[in-house]
Amino acid sequence: MTDQSNDAPRKAGGASRRDFLRTAGLAAGGAALAATGARANTPDPLITEIQPYASFTGEAVDATPYGMPIHFEEHVVRRNVEWLTADPISSINFTPIHALDGTITPQGCAFERHHSGAIEMSKQEYRLMINGLVDRPLVFTFADLMRMPRESRVAFCECAANSGMEWGGAQLNGAQFTHGMIHNMEYIGVPLRVLLEEAGVQPEGKWVYVEGHDASSNGRSIPLEKAMDDCLVAFYANGEALRMEHGYPVRLIVPGWEGNMWVKWLRRIAVYHAAVESREETSKYTDLLANGTARKWTWEMDAKSVITAPSPQVPASHGPGPMVITGLAWSGRGKITRVDVSMDGGVNWVEARIAGEPQSMALTRFYVDHVWDGKPMLLQSRAVDETGYVQPTKDQLRAVRGLQSVYHNNGIQTWHVNENGEAENVEVS
Amino acid sequence: MSKCRNLIATTALATLLAAPGFAQELGLGRPALPEEIDAWDVAVLPDGTGLPVGSGDVYDGEEAWINNCAACHGDFAEGAGAWPVIAGGQGTLTNPRPVKTVGSYWPYLSTVFDYVHRSMPFGAAQILTYDETYAIVAYILYSNQIVEDDFVLSNENFTEVVMPNADGFIVDDRVETEFPLFVTEPCMSNCSDPVEISKRASDIAVTPPFPRLLLDGTVVEPGEMVEEASMDAGTATDAAPVEEAAAEPAAEEVQVASLDPALVEAGESAFRQCRSCHQVGDGARNGTGPMLNGVVGRASGAVEGFRYSPAFTEKAESGHVWTPESLDAFLENPSDYIPRNRMAFRGVRDADERAALIAYLTSHSN
Repeated sequence: MTDQSNDAPRKAGGASRRDFLRTAGLAAGGAALAATGARANTPDPLITEIQPYASFTGEAVDATPYGMPIHFEEHVVRRNVEWLTADPISSINFTPIHALDGTITPQGCAFERHHSGAIEMSKQEYRLMINGLVDRPLVFTFADLMRMPRESRVAFCECAANSGMEWGGAQLNGAQFTHGMIHNMEYIGVPLRVLLEEAGVQPEGKWVYVEGHDASSNGRSIPLEKAMDDCLVAFYANGEALRMEHGYPVRLIVPGWEGNMWVKWLRRIAVYHAAVESREETSKYTDLLANGTARKWTWEMDAKSVITAPSPQVPASHGPGPMVITGLAWSGRGKITRVDVSMDGGVNWVEARIAGEPQSMALTRFYVDHVWDGKPMLLQSRAVDETGYVQPTKDQLRAVRGLQSVYHNNGIQTWHVNENGEAENVEVS
Repeated sequence: MSKCRNLIATTALATLLAAPGFAQELGLGRPALPEEIDAWDVAVLPDGTGLPVGSGDVYDGEEAWINNCAACHGDFAEGAGAWPVIAGGQGTLTNPRPVKTVGSYWPYLSTVFDYVHRSMPFGAAQILTYDETYAIVAYILYSNQIVEDDFVLSNENFTEVVMPNADGFIVDDRVETEFPLFVTEPCMSNCSDPVEISKRASDIAVTPPFPRLLLDGTVVEPGEMVEEASMDAGTATDAAPVEEAAAEPAAEEVQVASLDPALVEAGESAFRQCRSCHQVGDGARNGTGPMLNGVVGRASGAVEGFRYSPAFTEKAESGHVWTPESLDAFLENPSDYIPRNRMAFRGVRDADERAALIAYLTSHSN
């Protein structure tokens, strides 16, 4: 290790990365010894030798005016499953939930779903219209929105198709792919109610139709009660401006309801006497049942959970002994009140420890501090929300809905963890 | 349309009444002008609200369809590649693989009109006139055997068309049908007999390759065993491959040295309007349009495996070659340069933008 040149740690990738891996390998050896309670036989050079970073100086301030994660974390990225869609412009990718902890999703790796690509629009170009059954059809600029009373809230945004590939059986291998069409952010925005009151909703107005500036427009109808309740016209997320791919400069937040309704690049809010029955609420985002009829207006995301680690992308390769089993739980109908975890495929359960105070319609983190005996496990998690709804098994859902729903698959996920700690997406019966 | 006019009249009245502060909490925003509402409020509802005056027949619809829609949705709306199938599928909704089309699934005709007019064709939305939209919708109805070939669709008869699956939907009933099953006291122990694995993702093997992350920060690349990765991490290996990789870009730079890098970069940005149909660069494949690697200097209609329109094939047979000059003329007005071709794209008016695009394509053509 002593032959490292003094600038090696500054380089991304290449030789310095290789050196890092060597270091990591040595460190891993030490960790394995610690895990089994054994002593180190030889002194750890990371401790006994002076490391370059302990002697030379590091990067100056302003080296990266807006920082990215250190390059060692370059694999914690959104990933796409190409065969899912005809074209990456009208497509989706997945949040690396397996590699994150806590509940807030960093914007840079929060999943994207576009229907005609992410558009580039400045704040100066931004216009928002309210019309239809209102007393005063109005046009707002971005600056107008910034002068209105703001509120904040944390909310999860889950695509209705999250886990949709799993209706027929275990298919995609990884929590990112089975459950990664979700993110959870702290939003700042103007309540939709404030804008509607500014325009004055007429008595015959029952529905609010929202559409985007992009070519798809992605219009959706929202009942007036929901629009007046908790929707936000948001422009900040996690403390900074929205990212382009999430609707910069303005998107709609519809807490607890399917992600397709969270219209990005929000252009128009129109009050109607009826639902518009747009493409996104008839031909798509409707749930075909076994008998050939389809449910529509299935807005709420039912209670759901997943163990994010261990999972196929983050194996428990550390071997027997103490380990952390962790995951996420959420409900579009309120707060998570409890999460149970099973290690034998649902025969026996233990109650997980919930981190922090669960918030309504936001991701909740849970942990089980487990001492693993090294035998294979069938890991499952089961969420319970404040309505008393208990997350069902996939077979329970299939018994009600059949296999063709595509959307709203909130069934219990099973990971098989083998003796080596490697995990696989499986189903049990 | 009368409803639409009424709305505008109401709007004008409201505008007059909306003196500063009139019932407005904040007084922010300004009245929307009728022209602005006309431009943006294009939503059409099942009861005909928002439907514009116009008409179109199946015959004109077929022509508009071939020019604007067939490249993705097939000549007969049967679909192409992984793009949506628009026609057929009736009676398949209870099948293991239901085919959800306008004819088999969509409950309202207004949805078709609204979506085609505002969002199609993909990559060139909002180029269709109202009459063209009526005609295309008429053709879609015809291709789904809902109307005869002499049908003319207009704002007059629009709401008379009943879609085959109009009664196929129910409003969300999960609270009534599922809550009684799932709102229970959860079982905690001995909830069932021991279970066995019945399905495995590895049996299907459709997940894209992904690295695995170990607790100590080690990254196990796809195909590598966890043990191998640890071994590799602990062993010094030669650095030769890194040097080789570093040598490659230099050669590329020489090849494209005659191109203005700023122009190529501008072209890459301008290419955004093309990429919904065309791929270029490493691994480019045919999509809705042919892949464009090597297009500059290539005979037209020459990409293997791409199904060209008859108009394009005819041009190719004439010995036509894509040069910077011919590309410029084509891109300026595609339908003038090759009439009846299927590229649903209105063209690039700005000569500088075309030059940038051609420079970008040239950078992928050596």
